[in-house]
Amino acid sequence: MFDSLSGRLNEVFEGLKRRGTLKENDVDLALRDVRIALLEADVALPVARDLIKKVKSEAVGEKVLKSVTPGQMVIKVVHDALVEILGSDDIKLQIPLNPPGAYLMVGLQGSGKTTTSAKISQYLIEKENQKVLMASLDVARPAAQEQLKILGEQAGITTLPIIEGQPPIEITKRAMQAGSLGGYDAVMLDTAGRLAIDEALMAELAAIYAQVKPIETLLIADAMTGQDAVNTAEQFKQRLDLTGIILTRVDGDSRGGAALSMRATTGCPIKLIGTGEKLDAIENFHPERIAGRILGMGDVVSLVERVNESVEEEEAERLAAKAKKGQMDFNDMADQLRQVTNMGGLSGLMGMLPGVGKMKKQMTEANVDEKMILHQQAIIQSMTSRERLKPKLIQASRKRRIAAGSGTTVQEVNKLLKQLTTLNKMMKKMGKMGNKGLSRHGLSGLGMPGFPPGFGGV
Amino acid sequence: MSSESWLSRLRKGLSKSSSRLTEGVTAVLTGRRLDAEAIEELEETLILADLGPSMASRLARTLSQKRFEKNVESREVLRFLTGLITEVLEPIATPLIYRSDKKPHIILTVGVNGSGKTTTVGKLAQQHTKKGRKVMLAAADTFRAAAVEQLEVWGNRTCSTVVSAETGADAASLAYKSIEQAKSDGTQVLLIDTAGRLHNKGNLMAELEKIVRVIKKIDPEAPHDCVLVLDATTGQNAIAQVEFFQKTAPITGLIVTKLDGSAKGGVLVALADKFKIPVHAVGVGETAEDLQPFEAHDFAESLVGLEIEC
Repeated sequence: MFDSLSGRLNEVFEGLKRRGTLKENDVDLALRDVRIALLEADVALPVARDLIKKVKSEAVGEKVLKSVTPGQMVIKVVHDALVEILGSDDIKLQIPLNPPGAYLMVGLQGSGKTTTSAKISQYLIEKENQKVLMASLDVARPAAQEQLKILGEQAGITTLPIIEGQPPIEITKRAMQAGSLGGYDAVMLDTAGRLAIDEALMAELAAIYAQVKPIETLLIADAMTGQDAVNTAEQFKQRLDLTGIILTRVDGDSRGGAALSMRATTGCPIKLIGTGEKLDAIENFHPERIAGRILGMGDVVSLVERVNESVEEEEAERLAAKAKKGQMDFNDMADQLRQVTNMGGLSGLMGMLPGVGKMKKQMTEANVDEKMILHQQAIIQSMTSRERLKPKLIQASRKRRIAAGSGTTVQEVNKLLKQLTTLNKMMKKMGKMGNKGLSRHGLSGLGMPGFPPGFGGV
Repeated sequence: MSSESWLSRLRKGLSKSSSRLTEGVTAVLTGRRLDAEAIEELEETLILADLGPSMASRLARTLSQKRFEKNVESREVLRFLTGLITEVLEPIATPLIYRSDKKPHIILTVGVNGSGKTTTVGKLAQQHTKKGRKVMLAAADTFRAAAVEQLEVWGNRTCSTVVSAETGADAASLAYKSIEQAKSDGTQVLLIDTAGRLHNKGNLMAELEKIVRVIKKIDPEAPHDCVLVLDATTGQNAIAQVEFFQKTAPITGLIVTKLDGSAKGGVLVALADKFKIPVHAVGVGETAEDLQPFEAHDFAESLVGLEIEC
């Protein structure tokens, strides 16, 4: 999906770029594909519509047009917008300050409230050191109370003894009493599933809410939910002050647009996600992952990397042009050194290259260490901007100044100067041979300035 | 523009647009000609009902090609749209028919977690026992806590025998045992309730495959009906559900649950179009009477919001 979506978008934008100007209609056409992708992922229509409106202004921007791969850049813009909606700083569960604090679990039938109640209880016990009492207020579904009790037994979590025929509001009262008498920190209240349009049951829920004033009122929602996610979330939000959403069955293969819809409608953060049938299958929510799923991308991290790569590609192309003429200066060298450190330093970089095991050994013998790059960077930083642009300016007294400024020796400064000269000579030669390999191989093709002479142009 | 102001505006816009759209298509067309804008809004209404973007745009295209009178009434357009959807749904509306020649008639229910399998089994049991048939319930959900207890409550309500095993027991062997028992005690309808499973979990789907295989050992024709229970609030993922469950079990039809909520279950239209899979019944409430035969026309009307008007 991602490949086809970005492929289609690339095509559209390629055509447009050649024409030079981008009209609103053209962008609309491209964004239609994005809209379909969002709707196929079950993002609610109003949410999708507003999202498209928001990214449109960015999509006509320079960033996209100048990009090597505009299609991917548009997706990145959409992706970032998705993450922005989905993300939140306030994702941790509240811990009761005045025990016992109540956690109210609400949602539609079959959304996974009972299992999630047990999961969160276990989470509170293990991660937050809380003493938790669970109580099921579900008198509607046969054996629902039984289910929570059994889950409690399995996980070693205390549940409120079941009294047949007691109405939910009475059970609530009893649970809170037992909570304070038993010295519990938290009381987990698992309610019956109800339709948001069921007036009587929603009123009952509101009454329970008013009685316990929960510290967390969590809407449990199925990740597979379709367009109705908005209605449900909105209606629950109207009746109760929801503090968060728990998304269940994220281990399924649904694209999870419901997460976005509910987050956008209610403004409630998605606090945790359920990722399996076992009680420990509950995880923190990562906006980028869901955003990636919504766009149909397997792994978003790789996409963002790809985009970044393409940015560096442009950079590399610019460098290559300069290098071809043998006109690299210390600014370019500094850029390259920065790239090397970005990639985890020399050893990290060497680890990524195939077949360098042997060389690595040689390098250790030759005393090539990580600090060398730092030293070289320090030397360049100690130069004036004019010196960086015109290395020829650097003569004896300047060398002394630079060495003193960077805490190195004149010999080391000389070494670096020589490296640049060698590099430029070599590049000039290679430039005459054709630069095809250069831009493609980027950094390695340009020779690595961090290496002692002789290692350049590996 | 700060992100906060954008978010708050988005939210405001949302409440506005959704309240506008819940008013139904009728509002879209009142006193207006069927222009491109109206067609787009109809398409959006269909998307909001979970028909999915491609199905919705296909229907909208057909609608735009149809020449309506200049000042066509909104209701007439909606009727036409209802007709289009009914055409897709009509062939798949197939009630679940009891076959007395099968002794017993074996019905296997499958589906993802929380779709309403056990409740559906309970409702089916009630409908059959009301007609004087001897029903047996097999609790082949040996995983979920209290699944057996839940089915036992239904057994008591309907005076049906419940066959069960302890939690963690082999579901397939329980199914086998239940068929043997049903054959020997003259049960007419055997309802086998399985554990909920996400269709992308290989090991759980393999377990289901085994259940079917073992059932076939006793009766190669069984299960006579294999019902996939689908939650109406499910969005486009329903397509993947049908696809995967069909690969694993001989699905004969769908039962769509929770249609009494605000979800419209429009993904059924996409399913009907893609898989031609029969829809046996719809669940519109918690009691046994609320499990009703699927009526293509009624369903289509509710999708386009016509039933409010007529």
